[in-house]
Parts: sequence; structure tokens; C-alpha cells
Amino acid sequence: MIGSPFVLKEHNSVRFTMIKVMAALIPGTLAHAWFFGPGIWLSLIWCGLLGIGFEAMILVVRGRPLQAALTDGSVLLTAWLLALSVPTLAPWWLYMTGMFFAVVVAKHLYGGLGQNLFNPAMVGYGALIISFPVYMTQWAAPAPLANYLPNLSDAFDLMFIGGNITPDAYTSATVLDSLKTATRGGHTVMDAFSQPIHGLIAGKGMELVAMMYLFGGLFLIANRLITWHIPAAFLAAIALTAGVLWQIDPAHHADPLFHLLAGGAMLGAFFIATDPVTACTTPRGKLIFGGLAGFLTVIIRTYGGYPDGVAFSVLILNSAAPLIDAFSQPRVFGHAKGGRAGR
Amino acid sequence: MASETRDIIVNGLWKQNPGIVQILGMCPTLAVSSSLVNGLSLGLATTMVMALANTAAALVSRLVPPAVRIPVYILIIATLVTMVDLLMHAYLLQLYLVLGIYIPLIVVNCIVLARVEAYASKHGAFYSFLDGLMMGLGLSLVLAALGGLREIFGKGLLLSGLDLAFGPAANAYVIHVLPNYQGLLLAILPPGAFIGLGLLIAARNRIEEIRALEPRAVSLQPQQAD
Repeated sequence: MIGSPFVLKEHNSVRFTMIKVMAALIPGTLAHAWFFGPGIWLSLIWCGLLGIGFEAMILVVRGRPLQAALTDGSVLLTAWLLALSVPTLAPWWLYMTGMFFAVVVAKHLYGGLGQNLFNPAMVGYGALIISFPVYMTQWAAPAPLANYLPNLSDAFDLMFIGGNITPDAYTSATVLDSLKTATRGGHTVMDAFSQPIHGLIAGKGMELVAMMYLFGGLFLIANRLITWHIPAAFLAAIALTAGVLWQIDPAHHADPLFHLLAGGAMLGAFFIATDPVTACTTPRGKLIFGGLAGFLTVIIRTYGGYPDGVAFSVLILNSAAPLIDAFSQPRVFGHAKGGRAGR
Repeated sequence: MASETRDIIVNGLWKQNPGIVQILGMCPTLAVSSSLVNGLSLGLATTMVMALANTAAALVSRLVPPAVRIPVYILIIATLVTMVDLLMHAYLLQLYLVLGIYIPLIVVNCIVLARVEAYASKHGAFYSFLDGLMMGLGLSLVLAALGGLREIFGKGLLLSGLDLAFGPAANAYVIHVLPNYQGLLLAILPPGAFIGLGLLIAARNRIEEIRALEPRAVSLQPQQAD
């Protein structure tokens, strides 16, 4: 019983894709847990539960069937990405607000999976960083630096009860924060890089997590879940923009390698900017999309008010994606450029 | 006669509501609706200008050559806005300082000119006055609802800033809707205005949808004489 088209459906379903993408996130998440403590598992589970809860709620409100949307795994991937973007050990309501904006506002108010204009996880992140800048900068310090690395029960305590451990004991500024503080304060990049949070290239611990995201991303490309265009253009544009700024004034701009491994660049390049729903779909469009997003990321990091610019640049480019797609249609075989029939 | 009056009221407040149906006058709607007091006061200032501008335009519309009607209407509106501006400056200084540039900007608020041009220039003074009043009140309702929503979600308060209009004693009337609330800054900042307005428009559309679905039981009953 062989029917056409000859596509193995179960290997091509939304659920299978989502599971593979989540599998690609595992190395990065493991590295995260290794350096920043096991709290990440708790926030992953909490975000996942919230995601399923909000998804079920809004599906009921919209009068849509529950099972298909709940079991496709897309909401779990959104939850996972948000959990990795938000500081671990943040209070429970912070994740709840973020997941509300991600699932209800960004995904379902626009019509659900496939209809959303903006990447849900990044809308959740954006809403949080605009609304709660203080909580969103309290990142857990990496294990080699932390006075105290919270274990699972501490993490539960901090997230859900409030805890009596002061944030100073387990949090630290990220490298992008310290870079921003230093350059704003008239100091040089070297001052920022001499801080203990700075590791070999970028943030201590975080640089290796970023490497793991890179490996996960290469797995995605090898499995043809994403094409190389967006990550390559995104990372190349980051390197190029940062490189130009660095060449002009090395004292006040970080080197390109730093920008590639700091903050959300790697996670953004492979897992966020490549979202098939919200990114461009034509090959040339993908290059433009990734390139502009990478350029904006460095510009926001350098001149903007927030330390990292990945989320904002991806959201800005999400809104431009339909336009870019319209102007980057490939030539159809047998037709002249511009869609007219050839002679 | 009465049905005309009723139509004007229903149009202004609901059916053609400037804020959520015509989507006119977005500049103040989005910019000043960060709290109920701000939104409502700018809404009422606009209402005053609209009612008077409509009346004045209806009175002079026969005298004005069509070619220059728009400059004349703008002059009328600008005069009235200047009056409102000076009055608020004199009697409500604190509120005036908060609303700032948005009071003079009522001149270029498209809903004011839209009603003058679309309604007042073709109708009598009384109906024009009523139309301006009702359209203004419709806008005020939207501004108040949006301001209230953003205030509740943004700060957990309602009626904050009441002291701007009624002096420090009015602070006692500030309602703490959500005590110990962290505050959702997003709602106060500009994105909150867009999201909030979108939700209000969606809510109105939903209500209209439900009303359209309902069987028209009302029409079966004997109509009462108006």
C-alpha cells in the first residue's frame, strides 16, 4: 500500500519536528544546568505546565479542538525557549506573565500556530524585559563564581515561596550587562573584560552553553529541520557589524567573537530566528532576514538601552518578513524574473 | 425627530464610536490613555471642542464658500481649542501640565474635523451639537476604558492622578484594585496602548457578533411608540 506523495508523514509532522528541535536544545540545557545549577529543570517544567495550561484555556475560549494543538509540541518548544531566555530562579509569576504573552497574546490572538506574526517565545521575553527589567537582569551566577549554587529545593523555594536567600548571593551581572555598564561609564572594554564574569571569550559558563547551542543548531541543519541561510547570515552579520565597530574603536567595542558567544546570539541564530512560521521563507529572503537581524542585534547591544538585542531584532524582522518575502521571490522555472512568462 | 436624535446617540456612543469603530483620533487615544483620569480629561476636553465646533460649523456652513471650507473649519476648531487650552491652564494647572502638548493637538485630531466636515456642514445646529457631543463622549468612553485598563494592569490602581484635577484631598479616592501588585510596566508604556486598544476593538466586535447571532426576539414584540 504505497500512496503518493512519497513522504513519510510521521517523520514530517509538526510533532516530530518539534521533538527534534527540543532534542537539539538538550546539550545547551545540560550545559546550562551544569554551570548554573539544577534550577533550570524546575523553570522548564513550570513553563511547560503553564504553556499547556494557557494553550488549553485559550483553545476552549476559541472553541477549537484541544488534542491536535496540545499534542503538537509547539507550546512545549515555546516554553523551553522562554525558560532558557528568562533568568533561572525568577519568581513563578514572572514565567506566568511571559507564557501568557507568548501563548495567549502572540500565538492565539493572531490565530494559533502557523498564523502568528511574531515569535511567541520572544514576545513573552520582550513583554517581560520591558515590564520587569529588575527581575530580568538577575541571572544566576555561574558555578565557579557563585558564593552559593542553589540546589533543587532552594530553587523551588526561590521560585514559588520567595525564599530567604538574597539575590546577591546567587546572581551576577551578565557579560553584556558589565560591558554596557563599563562603556556607559566611560571605561574601556578591557575594564569590563577584567571582571570575573568574563571567561575565555564571553561570559563564564555561558560561552560554553552558547557552544552547545551551536552544536544543537548544526544538528538541526544536518537533519534539514532548518536551512543554513538564516543562522549563517545572522552570525555573519553579527561578526561583520561587531568587527567594523571593533576596528574603528577597539577600546569601546567588544570583539566579534565575544558578540557571537555572548547573550542570546547562538540560541537566537539557530532556534529563534529560524522559526519557520515567523521568519522569511525564500532563500534570498532568509539571507536578508538573518543579516538584518544580526546587524540590528549588535546595534541594539552597542547603542540601545537594553544589554541584549536578539529578541528585539528578531521581533522587528518578524514584522518585516512578509515584505521581504514579497520582494525576494525566486524565479520560477520557465518564467522570466518578476513572475512573467518567459519566451 | 426622536429617531434622528436616538440614531445620533447610538452612532456616537456605539455604532460609529470614533475610538473603536472609526479608529479616528489615535494620537491622543494611544498617547494619553495611561490612566483613567488622563484619558477621561482629554476625552472631555475633546468633547467640548467637538460639540462647540460642530455647532459653530453648522451655523456658518451656508456662508462659507465650499472651496475654503476646510481652512475656515480649522480656524473655528483652533479658536475653540485655544479657549479650552487657556481655561485648563487657568483652572486645572496640574492636569494641564500632565496632558501637555495633547491639548493644543486637539486641533489636528482628525475626529474633530471629520465630524465637522461629514456631519455639521450638512445638518442643522442642534443635531450637529448633539453629534459632536455624542461622538466626543464616545471617544471619552474609549479613552477612559483604555486608561482604566492600562492603569489597573500597569499599576494596580484606579483613579490615580485624581489630585491633578481636584487637589491633594482627592488622593483618598484612589482605588487600590490589586494590592501588593508588582506593576506591569508594559501596560503603561506605549505597547500597552496598542494592545489595549486592540483588545477593546476585539471585545466590541465580539459583542456585535453575539448580537447578530441572537434571534431577534425583540422585533416580534409589539413596538412601543417612540
